Amino acid sequence: MFSFELLLDAVVLGVLLGCFYAAVSLGLSVAFGLLDVPHVAHPAFLVLASYAVYVLNEFYGIDPLLAGLLITPFLFVFGLAAYRLYYETFEKRGSDAGVRGIAFFFGIAFIIEVLIILQFGVDQRSVTATYIGKAWRIGDMRIPYRLVVAFAVATLLTTLLALYLSKTFMGRAIRAVAQDQEALRLMGANPIRIKQWAFGIATAVLGIAGALLIIVAPVDPTLDRAYIGRTFCVVVMAGLGSMTGTLVAAIILGVAESIVLTLFGASWAPAISFAMLLGVLAVRPQGLFGRRS
Amino acid sequence: MKRRTLLGGTIGAAVLGLTFGLTSAALAQQPPIKIGMSMAQTGGLAGGGKASQLGIEIWRDDVNARGGLLGRKVELVVYDDKSSASETPAIYSKLLDVDKVDILFAPYATVPTAPLMPLVKQRGMLLMGNFSFQVNSKVGHDMWFNNAPWGPADSWAASFLELGQKAGGKTIALLAADQEFAQNLALTARDVAKKMNMQIVFDQAYPPNTVEFSSILRALKAAKPDIVYVASYPPDSAGILRAVNEIGIGNNVKIFGGGMVGLQFGAVMENLGSLLNGVVNYNTWLPEPSMQNEGTKAFFETYTKRAIEAKVDPLGYYLAPFGYASGQMIEQAIKAVGSLDQKALAKYLRENEHKTIVGPIAFAADGERKESATLQAQFRGVVDKNMDQFRKPGTQVILFPAKMKSGDLISPFEAARK
Repeated sequence: MFSFELLLDAVVLGVLLGCFYAAVSLGLSVAFGLLDVPHVAHPAFLVLASYAVYVLNEFYGIDPLLAGLLITPFLFVFGLAAYRLYYETFEKRGSDAGVRGIAFFFGIAFIIEVLIILQFGVDQRSVTATYIGKAWRIGDMRIPYRLVVAFAVATLLTTLLALYLSKTFMGRAIRAVAQDQEALRLMGANPIRIKQWAFGIATAVLGIAGALLIIVAPVDPTLDRAYIGRTFCVVVMAGLGSMTGTLVAAIILGVAESIVLTLFGASWAPAISFAMLLGVLAVRPQGLFGRRS
Repeated sequence: MKRRTLLGGTIGAAVLGLTFGLTSAALAQQPPIKIGMSMAQTGGLAGGGKASQLGIEIWRDDVNARGGLLGRKVELVVYDDKSSASETPAIYSKLLDVDKVDILFAPYATVPTAPLMPLVKQRGMLLMGNFSFQVNSKVGHDMWFNNAPWGPADSWAASFLELGQKAGGKTIALLAADQEFAQNLALTARDVAKKMNMQIVFDQAYPPNTVEFSSILRALKAAKPDIVYVASYPPDSAGILRAVNEIGIGNNVKIFGGGMVGLQFGAVMENLGSLLNGVVNYNTWLPEPSMQNEGTKAFFETYTKRAIEAKVDPLGYYLAPFGYASGQMIEQAIKAVGSLDQKALAKYLRENEHKTIVGPIAFAADGERKESATLQAQFRGVVDKNMDQFRKPGTQVILFPAKMKSGDLISPFEAARK
């Protein structure tokens, strides 16, 4: 049964959902897209950030978004330490570091999952805020405020990160590392320190992203598994390392998923997302916004 | 006289002491009765698995405090199956061949239990099921006994749809997770709807990793159903109810819920708070006066204390008392039979009614309950962020089965939500 009204609803909700997907994928876009680090623990870091937000909200009554901002410096330091550990134990040792690196990050993800279970148990956790559980009415359409918040925050986060990478000295250095690490070394800069800094930024972004994750839906210790495929799909489809590309790819994915969920049946949604990824890679192997190497 | 009394008392105390000493020594010397199982301690089913295990552990401690079984202590051998079906066949082979357990309890839930059934049947072992749904329907193992109150396959959906029909419902929407358990529920709901001449106006399965339900709910609302039957898993149940609250479900809906897993767990209920109001959902045990049996109060007093330490569901209504009941049934069977002979134990379990803290249990030929004792209950007057409200009667009013009923359905759904 086709209805124009339903289609419009699906598109609007899809754009909002896509912005949320972008927010949770931005960190990976830096870590995997720019730095070539196979960061499969990215969703586990994200869930860890959500639990930190939960603690600040539940026990201190702090708004989830503010809590996300408060934990950002700690996540930055955590990111610096995680990359240094990865570099010293894996990356430094040779050309097969990428494959072994996946094992390293899988290990980190499992450790995080188990630590969360030991500390919080296996139950779902959620936060309270005035914008959760209410909807914005426009005619017959109702838009959940939590998705509107995700939309606004994701757009802001993407813009800030894109500006940082293009306008600041450190941002340009990060992009330089992504393009040619050896050239940077020849110019007397230390690419590892720049990569470490960039990994710190990629992890710091998860403060706000983790807040959005627990605002949009309750979290549990194993939720990271649901996001591995989705976040990598967004980053690869965008073209590795493009921030605005990440936002656009995530919106395309969100809209496609939403239209399929609404009009064709929910079972098809994951298949359509990954079919789109394969389609994009077949036509543009560098992704939608990636540069041809 | 005094001297004789003293002498008698001394001899009596000595005999008693010797007997006690010998009994203790015998209990310590005899190898324990090993009960083996896997349980979801990590992964998606861990919330239920850990609570269930605590229920079984409380029974083990109680039975050992009473002197064990057949003069032997009871020991549990438990492995984590990570909520995965692929882990359980190997674990149960190990339990049988390496640990050499005497009795098998099934893991929590349908998915990890299903692949075990052929193995257990082949090895001729009794299996005490733990909240799986229709895993024996095709295998036909005659030593399978499910502790869950489900009863006949269609009774779950039938009770919900009958409540909806009595409230004037004629059309039905089905929303089910794309997983074994939820799909089984949806399948029976389709059959029951057909028998009751109800028209299905919306029928969708959603994939397990669905993050946002607003789009699905919008499509469901557009179909204007009278009855909405939802078969969902814990992460989704919360998402669906949030979306219902935000998007709305329409004024036609007489009854909403049915098979939502998750709304039985304390943390989820506390988190959802007032969003639960009006939802009619299945349950297994609730603190209504009609559900109190011998030992129930004492069990929950112990559970409540130990749940904090074990970091499991603080309420523990859904699974924990049934884990304890599994132990009670095995205890009664072993005491009656006087041995660990699997066939004799199975015969006893099949032919008798068993007294447990969740009420009397009798099994049909397929190892499921003879009569369904699955509750359909409506959430009423729930407020946000309050766990203790769920410990009081009246927060979840039992609508079905009749003998446990504690109130009538409030309909339509939108009125019941207020």
